[in-house]
Amino acid sequence: MEQPTCKGRRTFLHELVLGAVAFAAAGPIALLSSPRSHAAVAAQGANGKEYAFVVDVSKCIGCGYCVDACAIENKVPKDSVRTWVERYVATEEGAHIDAIDTPGKALPPLPAALLEKSKWSAFVPKLCNHCENAPCVQVCPVGATFTAPGGFVLVDPEHCIGCGYCIQACPYGVRFFNEKTHIADKCTWCYHRVSKGLEPACVTVCPTNARQFGDRNNPADPVGKIYQSDNWQTLKPDMHSHSRVLYLGLPREVI
Amino acid sequence: MLPQGALNNYYFPNNAHIDWSLMIVIYPYITGLVAGAFVVSALYHVFKVKEFETFARFALVASFCFGLFAALPLLVHLGQPLRAFNIFFTPHTTSAMSIFGYVYAGYMILVMLELWLVYRKFFIDKAQTTRGWQRLIWKVLTLGVTETSPGALRLDHGLISLFAGIGIPWAFVLHGYVGFIFGSVKANAWWASPLMPIIFLMSAIVSGIAMLMLMYSFIRWRTGRPYDFAAMRRLMDYLWGLFMLDVTFETLEIVYMFYEQGHHWAVVGPLVMGKLFGSYAIGQMLIFSGLPLLLLGYIVLFDVTDRRFVKLANFASLCIVFQVLLMRFNVVIGGQMISKSDRGYVDFHFEWFAREGMVPALLILAAPFVTYFILSRFLPIFSDDALSSSGNGKR
Repeated sequence: MEQPTCKGRRTFLHELVLGAVAFAAAGPIALLSSPRSHAAVAAQGANGKEYAFVVDVSKCIGCGYCVDACAIENKVPKDSVRTWVERYVATEEGAHIDAIDTPGKALPPLPAALLEKSKWSAFVPKLCNHCENAPCVQVCPVGATFTAPGGFVLVDPEHCIGCGYCIQACPYGVRFFNEKTHIADKCTWCYHRVSKGLEPACVTVCPTNARQFGDRNNPADPVGKIYQSDNWQTLKPDMHSHSRVLYLGLPREVI
Repeated sequence: MLPQGALNNYYFPNNAHIDWSLMIVIYPYITGLVAGAFVVSALYHVFKVKEFETFARFALVASFCFGLFAALPLLVHLGQPLRAFNIFFTPHTTSAMSIFGYVYAGYMILVMLELWLVYRKFFIDKAQTTRGWQRLIWKVLTLGVTETSPGALRLDHGLISLFAGIGIPWAFVLHGYVGFIFGSVKANAWWASPLMPIIFLMSAIVSGIAMLMLMYSFIRWRTGRPYDFAAMRRLMDYLWGLFMLDVTFETLEIVYMFYEQGHHWAVVGPLVMGKLFGSYAIGQMLIFSGLPLLLLGYIVLFDVTDRRFVKLANFASLCIVFQVLLMRFNVVIGGQMISKSDRGYVDFHFEWFAREGMVPALLILAAPFVTYFILSRFLPIFSDDALSSSGNGKR
């Protein structure tokens, strides 16, 4: 009686180890076999283009049309934004900042005391930087945030588990938790429009050409010319995320 | 008090809401209790701290009970909980979070294996002495292994020590890893520190020890049984030493930031002197660190009567479990109070009945204790338990 049961325990432990190995192997196997919508995105391709987005701070007049257009085009839920426009007023003591951060919002007039002390002021549009070394892509535990051909950093709505790690990891605060879809959300550079040969909605409505979008590798493209001039800045360069949103005339106070 | 020469409190529009709320506060807290309790069990099985014989099995059962609920807050937090298993099936290995499922699942398997070995003989005895459906349950728990020869029991003890030995680094990884998830976020100045995994680990161990002390004292008091003072005093020796280390690392982190006078302090300084002053500076660092350090020092260094020892040790332990809970709150919520704009802070609003509110958080925190209570009705946890039928699990 004893001998077979002793074997039974050994067999049990043996099978347990095998089971654990099989379980551990299930992940990579499922990874390889899982139908990912990444593949579908990649198939659309970018025709060898490497996109960049240019924001010319000196041209922005703070009209907020871009904020409206983005919200309408992308059905952005209330209380969240994929793009916003900051107003900077710099004084000797420091900077006063507010923002057009909801569709249709008009910024209040600045107090006279602040205007008197103002050294300069500027409107600074913000949006996802579609970083080459994107922290959000790195930290996504299931690979739902990924870089598509052309440089678009996108969220796969079929795979995002809504953990919010990407929201924490983004140095620019461009990501948010979408209360309707219950997944992470952010600017896609209007991927759905660009893949049909259109420009992002915010670029289309900008009356002063402060927002431009194009192929950074094409010298004939205005964006390509700017990129290759190497006379642009990015937000938070110390994050080493290699932003694809290039700013012209970015005041050093802007974070 | 505002950072970076800000004239007004400006935070990015998407930072207005704190996304990681109370569930993410209690997740590292429960994980810490798992790791801390396991360490006490392992101190007996691996490091031969003989006084902890009383605690060894109790600590293992407690660790198991906490472990059962360690991942529940994460599940409740997820926007898409039905996709939770994607972490297992499609892990993105560049993510610090992606391997958590495997580390956690592996740890739980290890704890369950060790528990099974500890209680194997008890299950067999029960399967032989009970009848009907009870017998069936006990029989299933034996997993069909009924060998109880002296040689087999020796092998059990050897395996228990082996699993406890593997379990120590695993418990360290489990919780150090939780600290890594926060510490590796470069976008957050309050989190981004290589000290974070160490701090999480140390606080995990002290919270586990302190919680065991509270549970043990309560159980013995409630059931009117004598205390094992030698074990309790030794446990407090460890708690004092380890808590000193924990507080040292926590202090080192903030002192380092302050002395560096760099970007971290520019945004963290106004936070800890402002919105977090009460919960961090006064609560976590002054009262709930200072008091237990002094009290534990007193009961360890001086000849304290048993009666006074129980009171002071439990009060110090209560302070420590609260200190660690505050630490989790200050890290998780405090970090998100800093907007990525670096020029403003946001408020945290407690909710009661929301999905991540106080009530669900308290229910999840209570669940391991309820589970322990239920298990203790059926399993002998202490050697003088009425249910006890064997000395299995003891050497």
